[in-house]
Amino acid sequence: MKCATRESYGKALAEAGKKYPNLVVMDADLSKSTKTDTFKKEFPERFINTGIAEGNMMATAAGLALSGKIVFASSFAMFAAGRAFEQIRNSIAHMEVNVKIGATHAGISVGEDGATHQCLEDIALMRSLPGMVIINPADDVEARAAVMAACAHEGPVYLRFGRLAVEDINDENYQFELGKGVLLKDGTDITLIGTGLMVRETLQAAEILEAEGISARVINIHTIKPIDRDIIEKAARETKGIVTAEEHNIIGGGGSAVAEVVAETCPTRIERIGTRDKFGKSGKPAELLEEYEMTAKHIAEKARLILRG
Amino acid sequence: MKCSTELAAAKVRRGIVEAVYRAKSGHPGGSLSIADILSVLYFEEMNIDPKNPKMEGRDRFVLSKGHASPGLYSVLANRGFFPVEDLKTFRKTDSYLQGHPDMLTVPGVEASTGSLGQGISIANGMAMSAKLSGEDYRVYSIIGDGECEEGQVWEAAMFAAHYKLNNHTIFLDFNGLQIDGDIRKVMSPVPLDEKFRAFGLQVLDIDGNDLNQIRDAIKKAKETTDRPTLIMARTVKGKGVSFMENEASWHGNAPNDEQYAQAVSELDAEIARLEGVEA
Repeated sequence: MKCATRESYGKALAEAGKKYPNLVVMDADLSKSTKTDTFKKEFPERFINTGIAEGNMMATAAGLALSGKIVFASSFAMFAAGRAFEQIRNSIAHMEVNVKIGATHAGISVGEDGATHQCLEDIALMRSLPGMVIINPADDVEARAAVMAACAHEGPVYLRFGRLAVEDINDENYQFELGKGVLLKDGTDITLIGTGLMVRETLQAAEILEAEGISARVINIHTIKPIDRDIIEKAARETKGIVTAEEHNIIGGGGSAVAEVVAETCPTRIERIGTRDKFGKSGKPAELLEEYEMTAKHIAEKARLILRG
Repeated sequence: MKCSTELAAAKVRRGIVEAVYRAKSGHPGGSLSIADILSVLYFEEMNIDPKNPKMEGRDRFVLSKGHASPGLYSVLANRGFFPVEDLKTFRKTDSYLQGHPDMLTVPGVEASTGSLGQGISIANGMAMSAKLSGEDYRVYSIIGDGECEEGQVWEAAMFAAHYKLNNHTIFLDFNGLQIDGDIRKVMSPVPLDEKFRAFGLQVLDIDGNDLNQIRDAIKKAKETTDRPTLIMARTVKGKGVSFMENEASWHGNAPNDEQYAQAVSELDAEIARLEGVEA
């Protein structure tokens, strides 16, 4: 089944609303796009529209959380992590309040809206905040599980969702564990680490490599912070190198997080797939991923590059 | 009771001078200007318990102009949330009294503030939460006049009026000065009363260093059912210390030994006078 993780976000919120009577959802005039309108239909009295004022939304969310509410504050990643960064830092992270930031339309797969709306910096921004948990789910099942895990976690969480419909990777029996990477496929030559939409690309890259006789391990890092150091260190020790793949600038994102762990535990060769310090542009998502060299084919090429030594 | 709040305000001012002098930095001017508002709120108005700072159903206060932390800390200490003696540790490395209000370290501080424009939104969130769960506590906040140059103040004003947050009363510390000088010369936000009224708030214009006018304004705000209230409190920056009054240079400066001695002698004389009145 194909489903955009923002759709999953909306559905999961409506589910969580039943379980948590103190759950409140906020949006800044984008509820039809972020899909928080799914929650709004079920619980109109617990839905707060702030209008187009993201900074105000984040600080207001903090006040609600300080008074006992679990708050999901939603907007596009660009305006949540980007515009409201300082409110998230000072009013949410520094106060350690129970606010979950539901950021949709992350990455270059936003497509036609172009550079101003394609957030490729949010993971870097959120990673720099003490105590901030960052989850970047890969598919519908994982996105819904991530929302429930965020509810159960006391403290700030940044959830990153995409606009584009994506195929399922996990089945309904999938058990999501916050902070734990998922070994999707074992392998001995090279490790491919994906996050979000790029997990699917890493799986396809593994198939390409497998056909060439290269054994590729595939790991899904859905929680970018706190990152699963053990699974990364193990991969660094047991395979000849690591290729990371994410819909984010290669500076400061998930690839950087993996590289830090590897440098500190077991230095090995790393190649990073992502936007290479460039802004996005308008176009069809698939065409953009191709142009920015972020497909399975490109991941496989980086793996070969490492193995050639 | 009324006389004791006047005495409390004098003691709050004495604590502000002590804290800033010991720290050799901090913001005395905008702390002294709001000492009377803080004293009415903490000694008369708010339902709070210094022994149980997180008491359920308590009224909330958020200092949106967080740089006036010496004022907030002094009123909390004088009200019994922590020892007045601790004000001497303000801004020091091992102290819990951080330069700007920190809710994680200071008993009675409801929100960490200091980045201007955010406290008023946080206070709105607290007021909104009460509305959502049918609680009857009230929320008070103080914003600065210079702070009104921040766009977020207006986003918050829009929000408060839109959601009819009549349980949120905002004091505007209208002392007319900001770090770089006269607010009208730096980047004029006036007329503030007309702007807030146009945004849908009830606006009351008072002398913010007059205890009875503060009391009356709070009473009117509590009687209003359909709108939040903004109390435009015309105050004197540096109020209560003669050489600091109406001087922008005392926004963020600490007194030297000589200035400290003079400030203390003025405030101690006022405290002694008021204690004499009460005795």
